[in-house]
Amino acid sequence: MAKKILTEYINVPGIDTFEVYRKHGGYTAVEKALKTMTPEEVVEEAKKSGVRGRGGAGFPMGMKWSFLAKPEGVPRYLVCNADESEPGTFKDHYLMKMIPHLLIEGMIVSSFALGANKSFIYVRGELMYVIRILERAIEEAKEKGFLGKNILGTGYDLELVVQPGGGAYICGEETALLESLEGKRGNPRNKPPFPAIKGLYQSPTVVNNVESISNMPWIINNGGDAYAAIGVGRSTGTKLISASGHIRKPGVYEIELGVSVDEFLNSDEYCGGVRDGHYLKALVAGGSSVPILPAHLITKTANGEDRLMTYESLSDGGFATGTMLGSGGFIVFDETSCIVRNTWNFSRFYHHESCGQCSPCREGTGWMEKVLHRLEHGHGSMHDIDLLVDISKKIEGNTICPLGDAAAWPVASAIRHFREEFEWHVTHPQEATRPGAVYMGSAALV
Amino acid sequence: MEETKPTLFKITFDGIEVEVEPGTTIMQAARKIAEADRSNDALVPPAMCYYEPLKGTGGKCRACLVKVTQGSAKDTRPMPKLVPSCITQVQDGMVVENTTNPAVLEARKGVVEFLLINHPLDCPVCDQAGECHLQDFAYEHGAAKTRYEEERRTFDRHDLGPYIQLHMTRCILCYRCVFTADQITNKRVHGVMHRGDAAEISTYIEKAIDNDFSGNVIDVCPVGALTDKTYRFKNRVWFTKPVDAHRDCPTCSGNVTLWYRGEEVIRVTARKNEWGEVKEFICNTCRFEKKNTSDWTIEGPTKVLRSSVISANKYRADLVKKPDFALKLADSQYKPIEDSREFVTDQDKIRQLSIENNDKANHRSQLAEKN
Repeated sequence: MAKKILTEYINVPGIDTFEVYRKHGGYTAVEKALKTMTPEEVVEEAKKSGVRGRGGAGFPMGMKWSFLAKPEGVPRYLVCNADESEPGTFKDHYLMKMIPHLLIEGMIVSSFALGANKSFIYVRGELMYVIRILERAIEEAKEKGFLGKNILGTGYDLELVVQPGGGAYICGEETALLESLEGKRGNPRNKPPFPAIKGLYQSPTVVNNVESISNMPWIINNGGDAYAAIGVGRSTGTKLISASGHIRKPGVYEIELGVSVDEFLNSDEYCGGVRDGHYLKALVAGGSSVPILPAHLITKTANGEDRLMTYESLSDGGFATGTMLGSGGFIVFDETSCIVRNTWNFSRFYHHESCGQCSPCREGTGWMEKVLHRLEHGHGSMHDIDLLVDISKKIEGNTICPLGDAAAWPVASAIRHFREEFEWHVTHPQEATRPGAVYMGSAALV
Repeated sequence: MEETKPTLFKITFDGIEVEVEPGTTIMQAARKIAEADRSNDALVPPAMCYYEPLKGTGGKCRACLVKVTQGSAKDTRPMPKLVPSCITQVQDGMVVENTTNPAVLEARKGVVEFLLINHPLDCPVCDQAGECHLQDFAYEHGAAKTRYEEERRTFDRHDLGPYIQLHMTRCILCYRCVFTADQITNKRVHGVMHRGDAAEISTYIEKAIDNDFSGNVIDVCPVGALTDKTYRFKNRVWFTKPVDAHRDCPTCSGNVTLWYRGEEVIRVTARKNEWGEVKEFICNTCRFEKKNTSDWTIEGPTKVLRSSVISANKYRADLVKKPDFALKLADSQYKPIEDSREFVTDQDKIRQLSIENNDKANHRSQLAEKN
């Protein structure tokens, strides 16, 4: 069995209560960090561990922490981004629901490292019951003296606030999240200044994903070097993968980074392979915003090397033949899924979730959705395919926040790898609009 | 301690060097170049949302994207993405490409297209036509044809009080009016609702805007989304004569521009600078209620600069100055085709090709050359 850091005790009955969590080694990291370490040492451990942001961008967490400005007399904030709403990603939801104290312990340690006395967990509004679980857990921790004034007699104060969001995908973007947390409209801010300089209430702020923060207790207990020993190269530690789609065993799996995609997809320990009687057609490896991959590029890279579940290996080949690990939303498509329909579905999501602040994303996402709708419903023309590529190019990189890129990549990659299927929708509109009809390759059509 | 003067930053913008103070944005540096030499007006990036008198504007429309090919003298790496020039501050030794970079012109063309796909293009009946920034922007940087076939988004018209009408269909969501309402009036009841392309400027539960300075949202609006109800359908901008005037106003500075049609004052607006930005905000009494020449002390005709159809015959092809960057672009994009039959090197031929490809800037230069 592979090493488990986050989910080792996740199936223990009652692990969501303080007593059971404490019995399984919970809150020892708080004791160790607050009593025996300085904040700088905690940051140093995080840096040594090489843990990378688990929200999608993969930026090293220790580096992010070290960029935090520390002016005198200005409060600093830690904000946990639990606004997980990318289609295909559901790991944070699972983690917070099953083992809320892990996140709270991580928040205490991380806040201590950054010198924050008030920290926020911004949870998406749809997860109201998770918010209640977290709030109950915070109450328990407060009763036992791990939160509030003078934690464990060390003189360190921390208040933890759970804030429900309004259920907007865009509020998962860190600056939009901060705007929303301040009570404003969730529009992303222009960067620079970055949140590390001017974030929440114009104070230095660090925004981290739930999973990144939840790694901290283990890193404190076992040391950053032990964490760095897991994984391959610069992809250290373990990662939660939300596997969904046409596989035998969908669910959340914790993997050591460096497992091969083939093993993850086909072994019984993880996904258990594509469902019976069907075969693999395409894969989205990191949530809906990353480029889609066709079957022949999934287990092998374009150079013929084995593709591993790491940040580097998945992005091998750039956008031409690679993808990204992203937030770990592993969506598998078998041959019964229509790529055009799926791309339209993703595009519809981004159209709906665009905040409407900057023009390329506001207008472009809607336009792409309409063109894809037309293609999917048999009213498209060959020009539309090139038009889509052109629109996606004009959105990509020209927007305030990465939502524009996230909307453009799935469309551009789907056309890059499955152009034939788009063309089939144009040339065979009647067959394409028949319910359940899917392009099976030119041979299958004869 | 002796106060040290801030050292000036030297930046290169489209090959022109300029020295500016630290903290200046690229846009302001470009405007400085144009102010020093009017022949460089065409180099200044267009601004649809940025509005210098209002704090916090900019960065939204992406019309002013430029390429930074050298971040600074110390860090000579180029910036990976195009950056919005209106909010990006200059660094010493920065090299910026605007009209000389094909990627920038291409992205700008894209922005025009995006802004126009949901715009009703009802210029013939729009009061803003003639002084509309979107018209100028689309004319100068856009493509002649649209590729958008779907239905456009529409909204109902709303009256915001007795003086202002909101025609949301025309809005490009620059947020300028929101910043105006926020910064020069108190008790803001005006903001953006919904998101994506369904986002709309709205007042709190259809409340009328009732404020002494509310009329300024009309002046800051780059398009015809917020219009003056006392002026609606009275006349076309280019038939009116602007005259500077002032009066002793207890609420505002009283410095305005009167717009005459014959002997009649049909509109009063704030004075604007050459970038279409209001110099001094004026109050509603001056704007809507003082429409007699006897209310005002006339100073003389308004000097109309740049971006105005009134003085320059802006869109007459024979008077348009040849934009050489467009030719440069056509040259740079031209690739000889590997074909033994014909090998095109002739400049006229290249222009002809770009006309066939609907490259309007080139088409204009072609016409200009013919005349």
